[in-house]
Order: sequence, then structure tokens, then C-alpha cells
Amino acid sequence: MTVAEWLAMATADAARRGLPDLVPALEGLARATEALRAADWNDDADGETPVDDEESA
Amino acid sequence: MTIADAAPRIARGELRSEKLAEECLAKIETLNPKLNAFITVLAYQALVDARKADREIAAGRYLGPLHGIPVSLKDLVDLAGSPTTAASLVRRDHRATKDAVVTARLRAAGAIFVGKTNLHEFAFGTTSEDSGFGLARNPVDPERSPGGSSGGSAIAIATGMSLGTVGTDTGGSIRIPAAACGVVGLKPEWGEISASGVVPLSRQLDHVGPLAQTVTDAWLQYNAMRPSNKRWTSAIETAPIKGLRLATPAGYFFDRLDVDVERSVLGTIDRLRGAGVAVSEAAIPHARDMAAIYLHLVFGDAAEYHASTLDRRPQDYTPNVRLRLEMARCVLAEDYIRAMRGRALIAREVDRALDGVDALVLPALAIPAPPIGAATVPVKGGADAVRTLMLRCSQPFNLSGHPAISLPCGTTPAGLPIGLQLVGHKGATPALVQAALAVERAIANAG
Repeated sequence: MTVAEWLAMATADAARRGLPDLVPALEGLARATEALRAADWNDDADGETPVDDEESA
Repeated sequence: MTIADAAPRIARGELRSEKLAEECLAKIETLNPKLNAFITVLAYQALVDARKADREIAAGRYLGPLHGIPVSLKDLVDLAGSPTTAASLVRRDHRATKDAVVTARLRAAGAIFVGKTNLHEFAFGTTSEDSGFGLARNPVDPERSPGGSSGGSAIAIATGMSLGTVGTDTGGSIRIPAAACGVVGLKPEWGEISASGVVPLSRQLDHVGPLAQTVTDAWLQYNAMRPSNKRWTSAIETAPIKGLRLATPAGYFFDRLDVDVERSVLGTIDRLRGAGVAVSEAAIPHARDMAAIYLHLVFGDAAEYHASTLDRRPQDYTPNVRLRLEMARCVLAEDYIRAMRGRALIAREVDRALDGVDALVLPALAIPAPPIGAATVPVKGGADAVRTLMLRCSQPFNLSGHPAISLPCGTTPAGLPIGLQLVGHKGATPALVQAALAVERAIANAG
């Protein structure tokens, strides 16, 4: 699920539950999640095989 | 009066614990209506316990430097027979059936409990403004926050309402209010002090530790909070200031500071250099990822603890904390796991930054105590959110688990306190305290 798809679902759920004040907070969380997923230490399943930083050959 | 001043006088019978407890209770009676530092005051029991301590000491059964000393507990910490409200109406009917481990250790050391202190509800915030028992106010300027979440504890120390106190720190909740109120706050290494009997925010990031007027007083409490087989039996000695090796983590920790905080912290580091401290630069390359990592971990953990209560009694939370908990429940499992991996990376980077030095040195809090109700405040580079700024310098060391201490290093032109932070090696909290004693003395000598 992309962050945009997650945010759309979470926003719709907040509206359904009568919590409109939650929406700006969710938008803030979405920005933090985007940053977390964009960090350069994340792995991709079709990319390099993960190696343990603590060990070397 | 500090614990270190009072203890030898109590031991010699020159000062009665009852008198000390009466003085603290009188300050609570006078100041608490204005500052709201205490949720529960235990006046009767404190005086009973103080008289008992006086009798024991007179009979030659002195237990050590905390015997007869009035202390307070953040109201997340269980004290048998008293409510642990966590500053929430959710827990207004709670009553602890036994002491938390840390409470029992302080009780065994002879401490006298004068009350339970106010905090940001469930420790889920940094200003102590959202409390089911009313907001707490900074003793230097009551129109400002005391910091949080251990805001009441910091106020109690700054005003002498208690000589010692127990706080908790998940993202800075000991060090932030210590810096905002001008006192010392010690976050030991993660797991060093038991959190059993303490209401959790995030079990993997929660730390228990003392706030105090001085580094020595923080040490005396910390030492009593440790397991009996790990306590020091002799007095702790100051590390030599000459030859002390400190490193400043450059970049992230210094690029969004209030101008007075920057001036004071950099000026203090210069004075330490002049006193013979070797100051170098260190790097924590992924510092910019820390806020996002922290947020996902704390949210996931808080959501797990509060889910059932939030479903049944949402109206009993303060509006802001309820909203944050509702948001916390939206964190996806994949992002929580991603944050756990990021946390391990940060811990390794802090270890590397400490290579070859005794401690890292940086601000404890990027801004002075913010005005109550402020959403943003100005810093170098433009205004930013209060919550983000308050956590910025402290939360990395909750992620990494390293011991850290905040001590006063100056004030703004308006007299608001500024805190300096030292971060030590894992397994070496006493060495960090020894370095902090040296830095505290150097700051006083330069003063």
C-alpha cells in the first residue's frame, strides 16, 4: 500500500467515525511515513541482497 | 538545600527529616495552586514516615544518603496505596496495590514520599499541558510550559517542593523538563533501572531515572534505584576536566536551535575547551531519519497499550492525547518494522560517534521553555513545531538506549534556563555522571 493510498483510507475512516480533527494529524503522519520509507537504509526485494552491517567477510 | 547538603546533617542528627518534610510540604501548599506540579500530596503519611526515619537514625540505624530525604514520584510510578493516575481521568479510580520496583528501592533506602507529580497525560507529549488534572506551569515563567512529560517532577525540584524525584523518559521526558526548568535530569541506559510498576508509553524506549538540583543529587538517587548488587558503596568522584574527551555531533543537532540556546551551548563548549577538555566533532549520519523512526515506534507501542481503553472510554482522554492515540492506531506493521531496523542503525551510529571519546556534548533542548499553547516557535532557519523541536536533541538516545544527562548551562536574556546534554557509553552510566560532575564544576567556575 502506498502512503497516498493509506492516507486516503485513514482519512475516510476518520470521517466515518466523526473525527475530522484527525485528518491534519494523519497528513503529518503520512509525511513522516514518506520520510521513513525514503530512508537510504531500506531494502528492496528486487535489489541488493541485505548484508549485516556488523559483519564483514 | 540539596540532598548532598542535607544527608550528612541528617546522619549526624543536626537536621530532622520531619523538619525537612514540613518545609517541602509548606512549599507545596504555597506553590502548587499556581504551578500544579502535584496531582496527589501525601502530607500525613510523609510526616509519619519522616518521624519514623528520625527515630531510626537516632537509634543508630542510618540507611544512607536518601534516609529521611523528601522525594516525589512522577504519577506514572506505582506507590502502594496511592492512585497512579498517569495524569488521565482514564485512571482516576486506580489505586496501586504494591510499589513499583524503583519505589521499593527508594523506600528501602529510607526516602520519604511527599507526593505524585503531574505530567503530560500518559507521558504522551512534551509540554505537560494535556493533563486530566490541569496543566503544569514553569516556575521561572508561569506563562510557559515546564517541559514534559515529567513536568511536575522538574517543577518540584526547581522549587524545593521535594529534594529528589523519579521521572521517566521515552523521547526526552526527563531531560526536556530538566532543561526547561533549570535542573539536572539523568536518563540511565535503557533497562538499567526497572520499569516494572511504571505505566508504559513504549516499553522498548521507556527509561526510568532521577531529576535533581545537582549532578551529585542525581547520582545519589540513581545509585539507590539500581539493583542492590550494582550499587556503589563509596562516594562518586569527579572526572578530571583536563583531558576529558567530548565530541559534538555536528549538523542535525545544531541546525535548528533557538539563537539563545545556540549561543549558550556553543559558549559553554568553548569554555570547556578552555578548561582543558579535548573537543572533537562526530557524525551520526542518519540523524535526520530519527524523528520518523521514533514516531512510528512510539505510536505503534502506545496504540497497543491503549487500544482497548480507547475503544471503551475515548471521552476520558484529553482531546489532544486522544487524537494522537487515534492516529497512532493507523501505523502499518511494515512501517513499524522498518522503524525497528532504523532504530538498530541509529544505535550503531551513536556507538561509532562515541569511539575515542568519553561523551557526546550537545544541547538537551533546542528551545527554551515555550509559551503555553504555542504550536510553533521561531528557531534558526524559520519557525517549527514545538513538539518536533522539543524532541529533536533527546529522542535519538532513547532510540539508541545510551545513557544521557541534562544539566543547566545558562539562561536566555529573559532568564529562561538552557540545558547542556552529555551522552555516554553503554555500560558506563557512572563514568557519564563523573564527566557530568566535571562539566558542572567547570560551568560553575566559569560562571
